[in-house]
Amino acid sequence: MTAAPFVPAVADRKGAAVPDRLHEPQLALHVEDLTVSYDSKPVLWDIDIDIPPGVMAAVVGPNGAGKSTFIKSVLGLVRPTAGHVRIFGRPYGMQRRRVGYVPQRSSVDWDFPTTALDVVGMGLYGRLGWLRRPGRRERDEARHALEQVGMQDFAHRQISQLSGGQQQRVFLARALVQQADLYFLDEPMAGVDATTERAIVDILHRLRAQGKTLVVVHHDLQTVRSYFDWMVILNIRAIAQGPVSQVYTAENLRKAYGGQIALIEHESFGGSGATAQTLGGG
Amino acid sequence: MLALLADSTIRTVALGAALLGISSGVLGCFAVLRRQSLLGDTLAHAALPGVCLGFLIAGSRDLGSIMLGALATGAAAALAVLLLTRTSRLKTDAALGIALSLFFALGVVLLTFIQGRGNSAQGGLDSFLFGQAAAMLRSDLWIMGAITAAALALVAIFWKEFKLASFDPGFAASLGLPVLALEAAMTAMVALAVVVGLQMVGVVLMTAMIIAPATAARQWTRSLGAMVVLSALFGTLAGVTGAVISAASRGLSTGPLIVLAISAIVFLSLLAAPGRGLAWAALRHWRNRRNLESQQVLATLYRMAAEHGDRRHPVELGTLDTFHGTPTRRALSRLERQGLVRPVRHEPERTPHWELTPQGLAQARRLLTDTGGDRDGEEMS
Repeated sequence: MTAAPFVPAVADRKGAAVPDRLHEPQLALHVEDLTVSYDSKPVLWDIDIDIPPGVMAAVVGPNGAGKSTFIKSVLGLVRPTAGHVRIFGRPYGMQRRRVGYVPQRSSVDWDFPTTALDVVGMGLYGRLGWLRRPGRRERDEARHALEQVGMQDFAHRQISQLSGGQQQRVFLARALVQQADLYFLDEPMAGVDATTERAIVDILHRLRAQGKTLVVVHHDLQTVRSYFDWMVILNIRAIAQGPVSQVYTAENLRKAYGGQIALIEHESFGGSGATAQTLGGG
Repeated sequence: MLALLADSTIRTVALGAALLGISSGVLGCFAVLRRQSLLGDTLAHAALPGVCLGFLIAGSRDLGSIMLGALATGAAAALAVLLLTRTSRLKTDAALGIALSLFFALGVVLLTFIQGRGNSAQGGLDSFLFGQAAAMLRSDLWIMGAITAAALALVAIFWKEFKLASFDPGFAASLGLPVLALEAAMTAMVALAVVVGLQMVGVVLMTAMIIAPATAARQWTRSLGAMVVLSALFGTLAGVTGAVISAASRGLSTGPLIVLAISAIVFLSLLAAPGRGLAWAALRHWRNRRNLESQQVLATLYRMAAEHGDRRHPVELGTLDTFHGTPTRRALSRLERQGLVRPVRHEPERTPHWELTPQGLAQARRLLTDTGGDRDGEEMS
């Protein structure tokens, strides 16, 4: 692995140097004993999560289950209290170039004076490194990514003038230019209309077909089975994980959502399957 | 005005004001975009104890040591805000307010202490409260110029990093950018802008020079680069205008004049900037209302025609007025100009009547059947 231009922190949590030894390299993501707390209140408690390469995994759970925190702690944006994370066998600091990230749309100020094309180009800043400026090659790459999400006509549009769905697609295009092997997406389908949701799912499926691994925080239980093939159910603890066909059970969902959920046995799936509707809060 | 600028004192003041405009214009952009305008206020007020300490240590009104002192206490205030928000339940605005008052109070106490010593060298240290451009020396320009140049170089070198850390710090961190260090650098830049403006506008009004040019520039521009350039231009324009008016009037205070000039620019920008200004918003609002009115009248004509089973059923003006509870003559004229309705006689009545044209009929049908559709193509701004 060549070192990333932004000097990677090759030190583990406790400052000890990490030996350049692979740990669980057969997994796209390996999370062990991860605990994250705010003000000594656990947000994530002792979770172990393994995600094999090539799957599209939904991370589901009720509000406050720590779904976003999970992604942020994997990416080093939140400092965990305990535990370790490996991406294709190595710490995140060494694997930045293999990881793409789509933050929640609401996490930024869309009134920032910039264009869609410029935002997409920001996905290349990691590869460019310090001092180098994006040039024509970078602009072409950004434009190509905008085409892939069907936003080529909006390249020079102010981002404040884009609809929610269009903003989400710009964020997705920014992750595409990262040309990563493992993508983390935080609620990419939140607050977009049905057409955009369909378009986003198509793009994600295309990435999976190219052998990429996707970890998606998802809020809509009803679409989990049609969109995803892997699933992690989270509620501060890791409730269940594995192929959707095995994990999507009434039992598991009840454990995570408790009284917030009404379960309707789904006939075609027999006893083990269930569709779920979130009632309050979702 | 050229005659005024021939005077070397006035030239010094005008140059200083221009430097102030450039530095605070450029550096203020990042503070405003990061929603940290109040930070400028706190750092400016926190410069006062530093000014006094610098004076006490140097023993004279030496600008270099005074600026260093101001930077030091500004940094201390920024650190205090960071510690307060990290370790207590205080929100950022409360922490900024506390730091501002604490450091400013300290500054005023130090200032009165110095003045009480009766030291003849204390030569108007209180001019740093509201600025005193006339006291500026030619050598001061070099210091201000050097700081401005250094700050601009910093912005140019780390342009894309500052941009990304301002827009999306989470994503920046995921790429491995040292976001905390970049944020600290942007805070330090605000402190530098404050230091440049100390002599000219003073600690109390300095915040205006940080917030105002950037706010005005934001109204007119669509990219960060253009915003930064325009902000520097606005800052310079206000600086030089203030300096020249002050010189021409012989006695009006320069700093407050500069602040008034930049405030006028902000006012104009908020009002008139295309797309974002209040005047545009009002115009859009008025147009929408007029449109809505016309559409309602058109819909009424259509419904009445439908009721009578006659697509060209003439409706009397009075009927329309009564139905809408307001005169509809102007809305009808607008519709007539668009070719959607036409006036007709309806014998034997002598009052004006109106009927739908075929285009009007089609338009009314579209209005009444079209209920939304694809929201994705809609602009949100």
